[in-house]
Amino acid sequence: MSDSKSLRSRISQHVRDIPRSGIRDFFDIVSSRDDVISLGIGEPDFVTPWHIREAAMLALERGATSYTSNMGLLALRRGIARYVEKKTGIAYNPEDEILITVGVSEALDLAVRALMEPGDEVLYHEPCYVSYNPLIIFARGTPVAVETKMENGFRLTRAELEEKVTPQTRILMLNYPNNPTGATLARADVEEIAAFAIAHDLIVITDEIYDDLTYDRDHFSIVSLPGMKERTIYLHGFSKAWAMTGFRMGYACAPPELIEAMMKIHQYTMLCAPILSQEASIEALRYAERDIAEMKAEYKRRRNFIHASFQEMGLPCLRPEGAFYAFADVSRYGLTSKEFALKLLDEQNVAVVPGTAFGACGEGFIRCSYATALDEIKEAMPRIARFIEKL
Amino acid sequence: MNELLSLLKQNARETPENMAKELGISVEEVKSKIAEYEASGVIRAYQAVVNEEKLDHSLVTTVIEVKVIPESEGGFDRIAERIGRFPEVESVYLMSGTFDLLLFTKGQTMHEAAGFVSAKLATMPNVTSTATHFMLKAYKRNGIIMQSGGEHERLKISP
Repeated sequence: MSDSKSLRSRISQHVRDIPRSGIRDFFDIVSSRDDVISLGIGEPDFVTPWHIREAAMLALERGATSYTSNMGLLALRRGIARYVEKKTGIAYNPEDEILITVGVSEALDLAVRALMEPGDEVLYHEPCYVSYNPLIIFARGTPVAVETKMENGFRLTRAELEEKVTPQTRILMLNYPNNPTGATLARADVEEIAAFAIAHDLIVITDEIYDDLTYDRDHFSIVSLPGMKERTIYLHGFSKAWAMTGFRMGYACAPPELIEAMMKIHQYTMLCAPILSQEASIEALRYAERDIAEMKAEYKRRRNFIHASFQEMGLPCLRPEGAFYAFADVSRYGLTSKEFALKLLDEQNVAVVPGTAFGACGEGFIRCSYATALDEIKEAMPRIARFIEKL
Repeated sequence: MNELLSLLKQNARETPENMAKELGISVEEVKSKIAEYEASGVIRAYQAVVNEEKLDHSLVTTVIEVKVIPESEGGFDRIAERIGRFPEVESVYLMSGTFDLLLFTKGQTMHEAAGFVSAKLATMPNVTSTATHFMLKAYKRNGIIMQSGGEHERLKISP
């Protein structure tokens, strides 16, 4: 019983079936090296704005060390209701339509688990955030990936969705602005997808964590369209736009029936999100526009820089319109994404994430995060240029 | 503020090529705008922000509050300009509140700085009183934090 083989045999089959994350493998390799310039980081390089950190300290001084209601602090839910209404035009009732979670990661998990029956199919688009596929499997559902393509700007089209939908399809998961491609959707794209969801009676789980970080046009949420609030779970959080990843603050907005179901799981597994993080988030919402505008202006300059640099070196890459990633096509060099990334690390000490970490169709791509100081990006670009010249 | 100016304020030594890429404009455009700013006096100078604590011999910085009687013609301007002509004076500001002008001066020693106040400043006509403060330590200058304890490091790779 004590040997590791027999222990492994005791692990649930569906957990065993999920491969180790490609990002973790790569992380181990990069961590063992010094002086690496990393473009592999999926979190802001900014520190949380000072007034938010101060609010957290003040809350601690005041003795805010208890549980909160399972749903989260009402003052925070009220602030979120105002903030979300301003973005989307949709009013959520803070009493029963908003649930505070531990990051959007938890909210995603709750949403999928609350809705899923064994064998239900979930449509999602790849390349995508690393957790979508495993979360569906943990919930005993069947993930069905729709591959998005660079020539389409990594947009999701109705035609591609129609090809994959079956009578077992229950859920459509969306993530725009997208990690890892930097793609965004225009209103017309979103309208097509909404019509599709209505036609097939799907629930939409939309992860809009990057919606404040768009550089050429404002984000348009699917929940804003008529008939969509009733069938949408809108997910958002504080990690990206406020640089608050370590606070682990996310939330879900949805009709009361769905929030109630998600809350049931949340109350028994998580109880509530940490109170200090909730207090800090109340403060974050007070100066949302100012905080976000400053960081966004900086990301935009980096986006411009990294994209112009790739163009200069002849590396095909969609001009990222949102989030903070550039997804460059390196297929012409005859290496797999992973080989390319390893060789680049080895020869030039620049870390990027192989596209395959975000789904099989990420093969041939690398993800370069520009949530990294411009000085480092400026150092990394000539290194990448030198590297591909020699390939 | 204009984006090009804010880039220059962050790092005046950045190349026009890099700034052009950041702003999504041409290198020529960057160069001609900078030339315009220089010619029109929007950009007055380019200077290094020095952490004087790291130097073997650091200068003494004095902050002086000055009360003056404004002139019937020209108000505070002429006296402020006169004070500003002393090479030891780094900055002169007109302030609201209990005094009129705020000066930042630099000297080799505290003695030298005190000498400037008693011999040159306090004896000027129109100057009615001065209050001199010696700066002990600079924690942040021109938006740059001079020294800080170890910063927290992020994971090198994350999803």
